[in-house]
Amino acid sequence: MTDGKDILARIRVARAGDPEAAARRMAEHPRGTIPAMARPADRTAALAIFRHKAQAAGATLMEVGTRRDVPDAVADFLQRHGLPRQLRTGRADPAMPWESAGLVILAGAAEATDMAGFSEAFCGIAETGTLMLVSGPATPASVNFLPENHIVLLRTADIAGCYEEAWDRLRAASGEGLMPRAVNWITGPSRTADIEQTLVMGAHGPKRLHILLLNEGENG
Amino acid sequence: MSGFRDRARAALSDPLLQKALRNVPRGFIAKRAKAKAALPEFERLREEASALKDFTLENLDVFLQVFVEKAQAAGAKVHFASDAEEANRIVIGILKDADVHLVAKGKSMISEETELNAALQRTSMEVVETDLGEYIIQLRDEKPSHIVAPAIHLSRREIEPAFRKAHAQLPADRKLVEKEDFVAEARTILREKFRTADAGITGANLLIAETGSTVLVTNEGNGDLSSTLPRVHIVMASIEKVVPTLEDATTILRLLARSATGQEITSYTSFFTGPRRAGDVDGPEEMHIVLLDNGRSRILAGPFSDILKCIRCGACLNHCPVFGAVGGHAYGGVYPGPMGEVLAPALHGIGKTSDIVDACTMCGRCAEVCPMQIPLPSLIRRWRMEAFRQERVPPLQRLALRAWAWLARRPRLYAFAARLAAGLLKLLARGRGVISRLPGLGAWMADRDLPVPQGRTFSAMWKAARRKRP
Repeated sequence: MTDGKDILARIRVARAGDPEAAARRMAEHPRGTIPAMARPADRTAALAIFRHKAQAAGATLMEVGTRRDVPDAVADFLQRHGLPRQLRTGRADPAMPWESAGLVILAGAAEATDMAGFSEAFCGIAETGTLMLVSGPATPASVNFLPENHIVLLRTADIAGCYEEAWDRLRAASGEGLMPRAVNWITGPSRTADIEQTLVMGAHGPKRLHILLLNEGENG
Repeated sequence: MSGFRDRARAALSDPLLQKALRNVPRGFIAKRAKAKAALPEFERLREEASALKDFTLENLDVFLQVFVEKAQAAGAKVHFASDAEEANRIVIGILKDADVHLVAKGKSMISEETELNAALQRTSMEVVETDLGEYIIQLRDEKPSHIVAPAIHLSRREIEPAFRKAHAQLPADRKLVEKEDFVAEARTILREKFRTADAGITGANLLIAETGSTVLVTNEGNGDLSSTLPRVHIVMASIEKVVPTLEDATTILRLLARSATGQEITSYTSFFTGPRRAGDVDGPEEMHIVLLDNGRSRILAGPFSDILKCIRCGACLNHCPVFGAVGGHAYGGVYPGPMGEVLAPALHGIGKTSDIVDACTMCGRCAEVCPMQIPLPSLIRRWRMEAFRQERVPPLQRLALRAWAWLARRPRLYAFAARLAAGLLKLLARGRGVISRLPGLGAWMADRDLPVPQGRTFSAMWKAARRKRP
């Protein structure tokens, strides 16, 4: 039987359960213990933890002042690594001066030949220096994994302390119990230790993860 | 079929395997210790995760049902499979219906449990493992020897010929020396597979009832490519993987990577909910979730249900002195080490697996490191009792156990026998501190000395001390 009735029936025989408590847990989704390091006092502290953890995971970070500065920062990164001035992104923000930075934009899902991809993060998580990206028409998930170089824009105001805070922000955006098709937590570049337990960076996903921190600030 | 003892003996005299196994303490064990030390809340999280999994198993039917409803609402198709054979039949049916020719697979222990690759080989479809470790063992036509690091038993010397043979299209004189050379070559070869695969099959570390999401934890990114690029995505998971909420998943995720590889979190933790949405430019057109029971609903009702709390971090394997000595293949099944010693008999019956429950020294390190606080040594001991009850223990061993049990239930006689044995051993030692040979124990004593009992027996000293006290 592929409808699982027999399996569920066997489970019910095995355990009495408490359906009300189960329903309550899903409705209230209580938080567990949140580590002290994931509870920064303020935004500045959250940013400092995020920076430290993301770097420890092998990401590189750079600050940008405004959204208009993003294309230059991207061009800079590409040049530094000897990469073609070509960028894959789901949907380029027309407010950003891509052309004047000398960048060719490829819009849409990533292809195997793409050398660099650009995404905007939904939020950051200071606890482990993690980026949270969500899929959607403008933010295809393939951009996060296929190109060898991944550049991600993150607003410093969007850095949460812990994962739970990130979930609450997502619930506010997508609705209770609803998720985008793909939610990706990304912490540093791709890696493997499958050969002799020794870490090698750049397995199947990006070899480099470059985070642009957009510090719009209160006055910016 | 050879038993555990034969396989263990072969493993112990395999110098390449022994060299590879020596990487475990420096790698997994040291890294986990460091990660645990850096998180003061680690023990509290263990308590919570264990309690939350108890609660989940207590209400597994509710959470599974909600998971199915939510996943279906997001457009996924959910299939239940009672056993391994049914799971494979479902997967092959989906692939055939979708006219699939090439399957890119992410690491999935459930597909190992159902032996999906063997079933797929009987069709005309090609299947490629994309996790580097799994890819290596697929090229070598082996089984994984570790649930987290499938190729942990191999060194570059053994991987090189497999790569040269399989990648004959590459220049024969290319350099394959450094680990980076191997990773780069696999990346190039598998990139083409990702690009052309019609279907991706992955496992799931967790299922979330609240949202109908499947969770995939990887470092390489192969799982995400397998679930994003092909037009069909199939997730294979066992029913006990479900947790109630995103917060509950998070509590477990805080423990999983730290316990497994000593990372705070892996590079990629992905939450998939249904197939491609309206307006999306990538993602699979179909998403299927195959939920495997394979005896778990039966295990839930019995004394071994704690093993269903296992999150497959591999910490018990890494910290087991027996696993460290013989590696995973000696266990002869998909799940090795302490968790395997409990799960394999529960899945396949003690009749087929009675010899692996002996592969334990009862040292207790596995229970100490298990993030879900599963009392592994007690469960292994329970399987030994079961093996004895079902007469799976060899006659001589059985006789010895019966004799000991008879003696142990008679305290006075036991004390007398202990005194007698101690005296006898002293005589045998002829004034030396150790005995190097004992009749009937030639093989055991070849590498070991037995220290001679000193002074009186423990119970004699205990009695004397009690008498002195007022």
